Amino acid sequence: MTQAPEQEAPPVPEGHVRLTIDGRTVDAPKGEILIRTCERLGIVVPRFCDHPLLEPAGACRQCLVEVEMGGRPMPKPQASCTMTVADGMVVKTQVTSAVADKAQQGVMELLLINHPLDCPICDKGGECPLQNQAMTSGRAESRFHEHKRHFEKPLPISDEVLLDRERCVLCQRCTRFSDQIAGDPFIELLERGAHQQIGTEETAWGAGEEFQSYFSGNTIQICPVGALTSASYRFRSRPFDLVSTPGQCEHCASGCSTRRDWRRGGVTRVLAGEDTTVNEEWLCDKGRFAFRYPTSPLRVLQPMVREDGVLTPVPWVDALERAATLLADARDGRGPARTGEDGEELAPKRGVGVLPGGRLAVEDAYAYAKFARVALRTNDVDQRARTHSDEELDFLAGHVAGVAPSHVSYAHLEAARTVLCVAFDPEEESPIVFLRLRKASRHGTRVVHVGSWTTPAVVKTGGHLLGAVPGEEPAALADLPEDLAAALAAPGAVVLVGERAAEVPGLLTAVSELGARTGARIAWVPRRAGERGGVDAGALPTLLPGARRVDDAAAREAVAEIWGVPTLPERPGRDLTAMLTAARDGELAGLVVGGVELADLPDPALAREALAAADVVISLEQVHSEVTEHADVVLPVAPAVNRSGTYRNWEGRDRPFTTTIDPGQGGSGRVGGIAAVTLPDCRVLDSLAVEMDVDLFTQTPQAAAAELSELGTVAVTPSTPATRPSAPAGVSGGARLTSGVGGGAPLTDGPRVRLATWRQLIDGGALLAEENDLPGTARPARLRVAAATAERLGLVAGEPARVGETLDLVVEIADLPEDVVWAPSHIPVAGGVVTLAGLGLHHGGAVEVRGPGAGAPVVGNGEPQ
Amino acid sequence: MSEPNGTPEEYRPDPLTPVLTRRWLLPESWTLRHYAELGGYEAMRQAFAMAPADIVTLVKDSGLRGRGGAGFPTGMKWSFIPQPKPGEEPTEATKDAPQFKPKYLVINADEGEPGTCKDTPLMMADPHSLIEGCIITAYAIRANFCAIYIRGEIVHAIRRLHFAVQEAYAAGHLGKDIHGSGFDLDIVVHAGAGAYICGEETALLDSLEGRRGQPRLKPPFPATAGLYAAPTVVNNVETIATVPSIVAGGKDWFRAMGRERSPGPKIYSLSGHVERPGQYEAPLGTTLRELLEMAGGMKDGIPLKFWTPGGSSTPLFTAEHLDVPLDFEGAAEAGSMLGTTAVMIFNETVSVPWAVMKWTEFYEHESCGKCTPCREGNYWLAGILRRMNDGQGTEEDIDTLLDVCSNVLGRSFCALGDGAVSPITSGIKYFRQEFLDLCQAQPAATERVLAGVH
Repeated sequence: MTQAPEQEAPPVPEGHVRLTIDGRTVDAPKGEILIRTCERLGIVVPRFCDHPLLEPAGACRQCLVEVEMGGRPMPKPQASCTMTVADGMVVKTQVTSAVADKAQQGVMELLLINHPLDCPICDKGGECPLQNQAMTSGRAESRFHEHKRHFEKPLPISDEVLLDRERCVLCQRCTRFSDQIAGDPFIELLERGAHQQIGTEETAWGAGEEFQSYFSGNTIQICPVGALTSASYRFRSRPFDLVSTPGQCEHCASGCSTRRDWRRGGVTRVLAGEDTTVNEEWLCDKGRFAFRYPTSPLRVLQPMVREDGVLTPVPWVDALERAATLLADARDGRGPARTGEDGEELAPKRGVGVLPGGRLAVEDAYAYAKFARVALRTNDVDQRARTHSDEELDFLAGHVAGVAPSHVSYAHLEAARTVLCVAFDPEEESPIVFLRLRKASRHGTRVVHVGSWTTPAVVKTGGHLLGAVPGEEPAALADLPEDLAAALAAPGAVVLVGERAAEVPGLLTAVSELGARTGARIAWVPRRAGERGGVDAGALPTLLPGARRVDDAAAREAVAEIWGVPTLPERPGRDLTAMLTAARDGELAGLVVGGVELADLPDPALAREALAAADVVISLEQVHSEVTEHADVVLPVAPAVNRSGTYRNWEGRDRPFTTTIDPGQGGSGRVGGIAAVTLPDCRVLDSLAVEMDVDLFTQTPQAAAAELSELGTVAVTPSTPATRPSAPAGVSGGARLTSGVGGGAPLTDGPRVRLATWRQLIDGGALLAEENDLPGTARPARLRVAAATAERLGLVAGEPARVGETLDLVVEIADLPEDVVWAPSHIPVAGGVVTLAGLGLHHGGAVEVRGPGAGAPVVGNGEPQ
Repeated sequence: MSEPNGTPEEYRPDPLTPVLTRRWLLPESWTLRHYAELGGYEAMRQAFAMAPADIVTLVKDSGLRGRGGAGFPTGMKWSFIPQPKPGEEPTEATKDAPQFKPKYLVINADEGEPGTCKDTPLMMADPHSLIEGCIITAYAIRANFCAIYIRGEIVHAIRRLHFAVQEAYAAGHLGKDIHGSGFDLDIVVHAGAGAYICGEETALLDSLEGRRGQPRLKPPFPATAGLYAAPTVVNNVETIATVPSIVAGGKDWFRAMGRERSPGPKIYSLSGHVERPGQYEAPLGTTLRELLEMAGGMKDGIPLKFWTPGGSSTPLFTAEHLDVPLDFEGAAEAGSMLGTTAVMIFNETVSVPWAVMKWTEFYEHESCGKCTPCREGNYWLAGILRRMNDGQGTEEDIDTLLDVCSNVLGRSFCALGDGAVSPITSGIKYFRQEFLDLCQAQPAATERVLAGVH
């Protein structure tokens, strides 16, 4: 008799244990939860409360399996979602164990006894883990003869989330998410036993705080039953009637993967896509719920040309021809003749500036950058529709352009021992960065915020605030506490700097110097989805594509060669404010404007005057706006849902997306009964350039991307210190107080105090149009002030205060420095948005604040709430 | 009132005299003065003369087992508390290790098991025995903070305990450097809100921390990460009140009472159909027959039908179990558990299905709701039992009851679910016919309207 020699088992890898599951031997890393090991073997253990990104709960008991340890069977079946693997463990799941199978069937039956049989009208029906697992682990016939438990339903626990307590299986995923991930524990378990339910202070007491969180929508997505439903999706559709298309969130620079579910030309809901490197499985409420703007009645669906002062729809060819002619004339100074104040003849205005805006796909930003250089023969292109400075241009060239995610990524944030946030409130300005910082802080990372008060983001990332008077952040960075400076010098430390650092002269230089001094890696986190890509694509006055500097002759030559043009303009371009000033003052003839909201600009009044004064305004827009009001030609462009492209997130990571809804199938609206077809900016610019006898080769995003990739990136050493500290453009006016000493007005005097301000996440931005439920998630606009300052100014918490001349905001006490107030920079009001910049108020500048009795409220939310 | 005289040694307890209840009949027995007169706080002084580890060893050797129901060896529980090795100092790497965290003693005075009424009278009549026990225990495990988590409904006991703690502070038994021993201890009396689940030690800790009282995932166990994630001993009132007598009397004296593996005295709480219900202290291993003799027999001579050895979570016994020795092993060998020695005695006038329904309604009401089997199972079981007691049950319901019980037992998160099915399964085991009798006139299942279908 022959016998095969017994094969010796390979040794257990370091840090692993060897166990047996359903007769199969498996090595698992120490500390792994048993249910994950089963998953890796392809064994599906049913579960409800288990979620890989939440801490184990062991509440639902659906995942019971039989476990044998050291040869001795454990007396009770064990929850595989809470048990960690051990060497020599023998596990029998429902596949091989009658006990485990019976236990699972028993729990399933218990879960179903009180569950309503309303699957046919439930939003979750068709994609419901309970429904699916009832099929695999449930019994066909009920033996429950008693009455089911009843609750009033649905309860709105916030403007976006509705709660059906009868369907709830009390897995606590929502409460654990809110507590562990988002840090907004406004939703909790109430009552006990069979009366236990999810609720809020409001549902418990009839009044009180509702579920307020920027991340509330995630609870709907991870709910394994139809207990939490979305107000905007409820009863709209069956999941199996929808087409699901992977997408990329267009709302900020976090770069989240999404899943867009759509039918009949419209998106019905947006879900978080799974991407462990970026958003894990989460999405903020803005990304999730703000998807109706493409179907706004204000959408521009046809090209339009201004005839006798009125925008009139015309065919594409006519619009393009008109725009091309106007632009060529403006570029070459062939515009209308002018006469000066004294009647003398002046030369016609000359030149066209390009304002692409910060929401573009990389391919579009590239097309704008190339269009400016090739068709308009200028470097006057600036995507920054916000406060900006020359110092920032240097910083972007030195630290941002061309930098890959290998420099700083989400993974770096999670692994860092220390992260310093400068001019950056992550929860308001990049919510998924916030979630990652919170996750890191829960595992020991020290996240320090340089700011003026302990914001919710500071509290939820460990509570480390490095207080700084607005405008004096550079001094705070120059004089860091010793332990923090030492921590930043340790390997892995990261400095995150927000786009609003440009509002404080010297701050970006200080960040740069801090990086040089400590070796901490610097990453720039802009707000808008397109800004990071725009830097790499050259949509800035001093940068060409691929991190090349305009003032570098060799770089210009290299780009010109690939573009097939003899030369590129040499003179560095003007920034946004310089262009607007030039247009207002008659030095610039025309403007090509992309998706820019005038209210977002550092000086909206200047922008309005500039648009009114310019001879030629060409607008590429999705919706009618303040820009289209001034435009000579309006060229419609496609929203993200109707096109493909790539966003580049703050890490520098490409986030490509395909067309969700083919524009030929609608999705944008209808014109004369036919689905309106809108095109990506890069395609529109390409056609426009052709009319100007120039080829951009950006007919499609793919073509544009190919050329951009051919251009490549010049080697970047992300440590070049910025060299030109300067006042941010647009803020250099009278509003800024330079110093309290010496001449001029004292820093604070009477009602004059210093202003700190930044934007809140949900504050009436253009892409939030058409959303009825989302604004309920917005944080109310409040004026925050320290108690002592409030007393000095006669302000009362909960009462309105007059900010500047016309704005009334309710006062809230916070831990600001003395004689400093904070207010959000955008304040949604009926019919629009009021911006502090529009009122001439800027971060670090002076503002007059007066207590009640300053007269009737003019704008703002001055009514006590 | 007779003035006790003589030295404390003359009051040294022996097996024939009550230990835990020996002061209960004194007028104003709860005062420090009377406690001290009968040797009170002497054990504390003796303990301070010992090394903490020696006290742990003493209690281990005495064989004292937890009086809260599970009977875990008390000394062993104390020895699980991580302590720094001799001469070990915290380093950068170990400064957050459990042995360098503060240690806590938590007293479970959340007496809530149906039928159980031993801790409340103990705290009413002799609160200082508990406080002295706390001092010795805290000294032994090197804790400087002790919380007594007391059930919120027993306001009289809360007030008395507060008063006793105040007295102990005034006498210098609590506070900083107690009697020059260098040992500090603070005791806080914390009233719960009356949830049965908060008698489960981890739910108690959550509640004590100000959270919702629901059991925690174990591990980590309280001995390494209990109150505020620090090493914690959680012991029952009666257990800790027993400690001073062990220190004063020694392990051999203690082992002279009770049985080999369950030594010591125990308070048996007799309730129900007996002539003189109340607290009867007796050595562990005493039988119901002996207890009934002390209590004057069954009320009005009506024969015994069924009884619980230790609260409603312990399976029922019947008249055939009269001679089962009531200690941890004896009760278990006879198919039940010693539990809290809450002996509820029912005579032949009581319907078993009715009693079982009332108990199940208690568990339905007290299930914390965290896990599915206990939350939904008790809801269902109570519903079936209510329907059966209303005369609407069928034979099939008995099978359903037993099957649902099997889906709750051992499947729930904590022991509440296990305890909840005890009365049902044991009730059907011994009195199945009574359940069948209730279902007599019922039609077959197929003809019934199913209330739950909608």
